[in-house]
Amino acid sequence: MSKTITIDGTKISFTEGQTIMDAALAAKVYIPHLCHNPEFKPHGSCKLCTVNVNGRAVSACTMPASDGMEVENKTETLDNERRAIVQMLFVEGNHLCPTCEKSGNCQLQAVAYCLGMMTPHYNHFYPPREIDASHPDVFLDRNRCILCELCVRASRDVDGKNVFGLSGRGIGSRLVVNSASGRLGDSTFAVTDRAAKVCPTGAILIKRQGFSVPIGSRIYDHKPICQVETEGKSGGEHE
Amino acid sequence: MEPCEYPHIEDQLAPIVGRHGGGDATHLLQILRDVQDHFHFIPPEAIGCLASHLNLSRAQIEGVAGFYSFLSLSPQGEYRVLFSDNITDNMLGKPELMQYFCNKLWVEPGKVSEDNLVSVDSTSCTGMCDQGPAALVNGWPLTNLDQNRLDLISELIRIKKPVAEWPEMLFEVRDNVQRPGMLLGEAFEHGAGIRAMLARGAEATLKEVDVANLRGRGGAGFKTASKWTFCHAAIAEEEGSMICDVGGNPERFIVCNADEGEPGTFKDRVLLSSYADMVFEGMTVGARVIGARKGFLYLRGEYRYLLKPLEAVLSRRRANGLLGENILGETGFSFDIEIHLGAGAYICGEESALIESLEGKRGRPRNRPPFPVTRGYLGRPTVVDNVETFACAARIAEKGGAWFAAMGTAQSTGTKILSISGDCARPGIYEYPFGVTVEEILRDCGAEDAHAVQVSGPSGTLVSWQEFGRRIAFEDLPTAGAFMVFHRQREMFAAAHNFTHFFAHESCGFCTPCRVGTQLQKRIMDKIANGHGTPADLEELKHVGHILGTMSHCGLGHTAANPVLDTLKKFPGTFERKLKALSFEPAFDLDGALQTARDITGRDDDWAHLS
Repeated sequence: MSKTITIDGTKISFTEGQTIMDAALAAKVYIPHLCHNPEFKPHGSCKLCTVNVNGRAVSACTMPASDGMEVENKTETLDNERRAIVQMLFVEGNHLCPTCEKSGNCQLQAVAYCLGMMTPHYNHFYPPREIDASHPDVFLDRNRCILCELCVRASRDVDGKNVFGLSGRGIGSRLVVNSASGRLGDSTFAVTDRAAKVCPTGAILIKRQGFSVPIGSRIYDHKPICQVETEGKSGGEHE
Repeated sequence: MEPCEYPHIEDQLAPIVGRHGGGDATHLLQILRDVQDHFHFIPPEAIGCLASHLNLSRAQIEGVAGFYSFLSLSPQGEYRVLFSDNITDNMLGKPELMQYFCNKLWVEPGKVSEDNLVSVDSTSCTGMCDQGPAALVNGWPLTNLDQNRLDLISELIRIKKPVAEWPEMLFEVRDNVQRPGMLLGEAFEHGAGIRAMLARGAEATLKEVDVANLRGRGGAGFKTASKWTFCHAAIAEEEGSMICDVGGNPERFIVCNADEGEPGTFKDRVLLSSYADMVFEGMTVGARVIGARKGFLYLRGEYRYLLKPLEAVLSRRRANGLLGENILGETGFSFDIEIHLGAGAYICGEESALIESLEGKRGRPRNRPPFPVTRGYLGRPTVVDNVETFACAARIAEKGGAWFAAMGTAQSTGTKILSISGDCARPGIYEYPFGVTVEEILRDCGAEDAHAVQVSGPSGTLVSWQEFGRRIAFEDLPTAGAFMVFHRQREMFAAAHNFTHFFAHESCGFCTPCRVGTQLQKRIMDKIANGHGTPADLEELKHVGHILGTMSHCGLGHTAANPVLDTLKKFPGTFERKLKALSFEPAFDLDGALQTARDITGRDDDWAHLS
């Protein structure tokens, strides 16, 4: 007999070793997430995928599923809390959707819409962050970095290059590049790297591709992210 | 990896790397501490050289160097003076003294003097609350600071006297044991615990720890015998996915958590200063029970002055056959202890962050499960216990579980060591059987006009005068040991405000709710402190507190709102007195935003202001 968990009253089967998120994605149940991408080792940092298991808040992307688990996912309380977290992500960085090339393909923006975020609510921090245009083919704009470390994981685990890392602490955490100058252009980074295409926001943008798909025709312009994700497309790749 | 391209840097680095593990990346933090000492910062050239030595990427090294407060990626003064910023230091006059000191040396707080001689800043509680105001100079503790001492210190800096040659009285740290109990008061014969354990057998000793109902002294109160049992049994549970080192068994580790970072806590400092044998003995007993051959003491960076004396205790124990190969002649019983120093990160008191730090990495709490008892240090089963827990274990091994369980309450057996500071006549160390009331403690320490007590530090509970009948016990007021007293004239808002700054500074930044939530909390408290708060801000504090408590990754975030929420509930007046009558007041200060422009133009006339 296969093992099952229950998400909001619906029974879902899973195989040993799967997390709640794995089981949900396989069953096309949407649990909001940003730092999770099924291709990479779960991270558990953005906390958007927080669900309640037996009354306890856990991260769906890192919590192993176990037989008979009762999971609460789509509740008003949880969605309110998730919206607060997305608002936190918006105010700690500099996210200016109207002028961002990623608009419409951006998961942060899409999740915000999906959770009904109408305002940033908190006061903006307006942190000074560095832009790095030194690489011939790729922009690195830290204003839009949400510290999900997908590029860190992709570069380390898929590209075998370790181009990225995190330094600093707390609100001072920042993405750093593995080169003596700290600039992307002096690293071994290549536009063909997996890490070049994994950013959920517009922090890593490929040059000379701007607006090749016009605003209005992009992934989340017509369908909300919860629908895109449950139609079988994995998160992360947005060409 | 290419060889280091800076021979003059390499010449200075080689001996440091040689001292610490040769090229073993788990020693990175220990190496960086010495690099910081040597260069007064972590030079970018050194990062490249270390990357070659340790076979790490530059980004990994920069990641670690950027994480810990005592390491710095930009140059610091030859003399780096960090004033302890705990609320108890502040109550003893720290802000005024720090300003006095800065004025004397012509340096701004947080900056380096123009001649690169000195930098002055604040740091999180240094664990000297009973003898504050305190500070660190190049990592060495200064206590009982006053204007006279600061005059002397600034003179010593001006004449560039090496810190090692400064008068000893500046660095005097007293134990201040005011009320000893079974741990601090009764004589302990070195080796008695190990001897009794060997006579009884390891399994029977575990049973004694179980009968004693010993619970973790770090505050969480997890049952020690269960933790040791899980770790010992780890192999069977993991169904073959475990890393096996010898004969189908994984190596196991035992770690003593001496990262005593909770503001207001200093009892581990005293245990390690004067009772280190008992602590090491408890580790040795635990090692025998779980089958570990190697242990670590993770000592917070603020206590680096204890490193040498502790190394001396370890050497003596080795010489006496209490550590090393075949302990007390028991064939096959081998165990040794290595000391690792932290470098200024409260989060490393969280056991999985501590393990990351022991591995030489950023102190970031791991995702759980797996728990450290199955996958800890280097992926092996690991027990992490508090300093005091090990001291208790040594006593239990010596005298038995029933003896221990006879003290305290049913759910909280034994004694608890409290670090008492703040508004009382006799601050210091007090050991009580569990179950003692707050009132009794206040009477003993001479706190006559007490109005509130912060039990177990900012992450603990604020107890108001109406609740002084409550008891120190896991079933009522669990505590890691801090006990900070506030008298009637203290403004409780100031304490809560101070603690929000502490948590914002110490958040590791891994998860969104804590990274941003602790900042939001700090900013709202700043706004209220500056006289711009409104009732809406109090609602916002509650909301942010709720997100922190439910959505955060680890205990730091879960408890970061405790002081604000407790103070709002128990001392609402302290907030309300600071609020504006208006229902709304913008957080954005238009006139304040022009300050940069005023600084640049050197103007401060009426026309350069908005109001």
